[in-house]
Amino acid sequence: MAASSTVPPASLLRQAYLRQSTAFCPGCGHGIFMNAFLRAAAALPLDFDRTVFVSGIGCGAWVPSPHFLADTLHVTHGRAMAFAAGVQRARPDLNIVVISGDGDLATIGGNHLIHAARRQTPIKVFCLNNWLFGMTGGQVSATTPREARTATTPAGNPDPPFDLVRLVLGAGAPFAARWPVSLPRQLARGIEHALREPGFAFVEVLSICPTHFGRINEPLFPAGEAPQSIPWRMLEWLRRQCIEREKAAALSPEERAGKILIGEWRGEECWP
Amino acid sequence: MGGWQESPALLPPGTYFMSGNEACAEGALAAGCRFYAGYPITPSSEIMVHMAQRLPELGGNFMQMEDELGSIAAVIGAAWGGLKAMTATSGPGISLMLENIGYAIMTETPCVIVDVQRAGPSTGQASRPAQGDIMQARWGTHGGVDLIALAPWSVQEMYELTIRAFNLAERFRVPVFLLADEIVGHLHETVTIPPAVRTFERLRWPQEMPFDTPEPDGVPPMPAFGEGAYLLVTGSTHDGRGYRRTTDAAVQDRLMRRLSAKIRRHQDEIDDWEEYSLEDAERVLVACGSAARSALWAVQQARRQGRPVGLLRLKSLWPFPDEVVASRCGGRREIIVPEMNLGQLAGEVRRAAGVPVTSLTQVDGEPIDPRRILAYLLEEVW
Repeated sequence: MAASSTVPPASLLRQAYLRQSTAFCPGCGHGIFMNAFLRAAAALPLDFDRTVFVSGIGCGAWVPSPHFLADTLHVTHGRAMAFAAGVQRARPDLNIVVISGDGDLATIGGNHLIHAARRQTPIKVFCLNNWLFGMTGGQVSATTPREARTATTPAGNPDPPFDLVRLVLGAGAPFAARWPVSLPRQLARGIEHALREPGFAFVEVLSICPTHFGRINEPLFPAGEAPQSIPWRMLEWLRRQCIEREKAAALSPEERAGKILIGEWRGEECWP
Repeated sequence: MGGWQESPALLPPGTYFMSGNEACAEGALAAGCRFYAGYPITPSSEIMVHMAQRLPELGGNFMQMEDELGSIAAVIGAAWGGLKAMTATSGPGISLMLENIGYAIMTETPCVIVDVQRAGPSTGQASRPAQGDIMQARWGTHGGVDLIALAPWSVQEMYELTIRAFNLAERFRVPVFLLADEIVGHLHETVTIPPAVRTFERLRWPQEMPFDTPEPDGVPPMPAFGEGAYLLVTGSTHDGRGYRRTTDAAVQDRLMRRLSAKIRRHQDEIDDWEEYSLEDAERVLVACGSAARSALWAVQQARRQGRPVGLLRLKSLWPFPDEVVASRCGGRREIIVPEMNLGQLAGEVRRAAGVPVTSLTQVDGEPIDPRRILAYLLEEVW
């Protein structure tokens, strides 16, 4: 990625691409994603004048709207993929990018997501998965890990979560990826790859919500040798849990247990 | 740029024999509709099938979506892409669309929603007519801000009022309902296609504000995506440039009032009705849609028997034509409202005219037999 070395620092990227400063909680993973996205956009470059950003309701949806200096469509809860499909058909000459959360895209909006994947609509989708509904106060979502506590699962989540990558690949997506905000360089590169895809591309971004997930599940994120903040401990946990899929292939099932596979998948390799 | 213009009707001028749903689709195309998204539902599906065939011939876009929520969402997205856009459904589909219809009102997105009404709440009777969605169209989405609804009574009007629905949608940047019903949707009649139709073309950017205007007209010009407007389109409360102001009382108040005022202030442009034998009528029927067909026959028969009765047929239902109804209904011996629901139109007529109203309702999924209305006019039995 030679281009990456010419990309300006995050503060200058924000000056170039944003309308205003963000309102995310301290420690929110979405700010890391935003920086990584702008880095990828600058590296490509992605022409913001020829890009429509579509988002639904929730914290993730606030990354593009009202921040990105581009056309933005901030829609009803769960329907971003369907709005984006209409924009894409009306204006196939524009880049259509959806940035929204797991509650929005995968919980209330799951049906639109799988059908967009099935139709292989040329839309780039970034699902900021912070494992619950952040904006409404930390309720369980379709991606909340089993046993995790949320405002609406005080005794632990009884249900298993969606694996979003497998979900969209199973629905027919030609390209899917998963990257954590704990690896911002890999994340930026992964965003760049997805934006270069000619067709439908889906990226699950493993983000963190220290405010609603981290505090209530603090025992899941043990402190290291020195006392550390919850965001830091969550990022450390993500770094430990995530393993690139190519490396995971060399591990025994015991070693792989509980790990989160990250990397890129092509539809055709999954369904020979 | 934009405004009223003459556009050629796409079909060669002449007389055609077609169904109301086909006429609706042809009207949409003549009005300039180049995007349709929908989901199958009786008794509206023929509109979608016709659009699926015709839109590609005209370089337009057709999408069958995964549900009605997605259909209206895609329509709104395409409208911001710069296209005239439409969807068609029936009551159950309208129920699913209502949240996004509110989004279209809030974002001032022009679009046309055809509701070919069928009987009953829930699944009800899929292939039977009703007029049960009159209040749903007006009040179904939350927030209570105005929109526009038209009610055709013939295949000819399925063509003409669909064109009008697009013109009003583009003129006022608002979703417009075509409140049809199963009878006019499936009926086959002759339709006269004129050589040209009058269409309203969207007033385009650039303007300072895409979501407010200092002009008394109240309708801001509308940019499209990809024009350098850096649009902030949001269903949250926003200022004139689109920035969210979700705790600002003054912005919310101004937005709510302007969204309704831009419709109400132009009620003269929207009101549409027909009068039959009203001059000396002591008793006046008020009806809309296919129920008005039954009412007209009954009025004609009663007149032959010397009864001084008349008919006021409403072609626009929302904003409700209060002054038209009040001025035609005042001073009469009796106002009678026959309709295929439990009295939705009657209630509005009573409110607008401020007089007692006889409500004749039929909700059995059958067309109102005109002889029933005649029997009421002659013998006051229902």
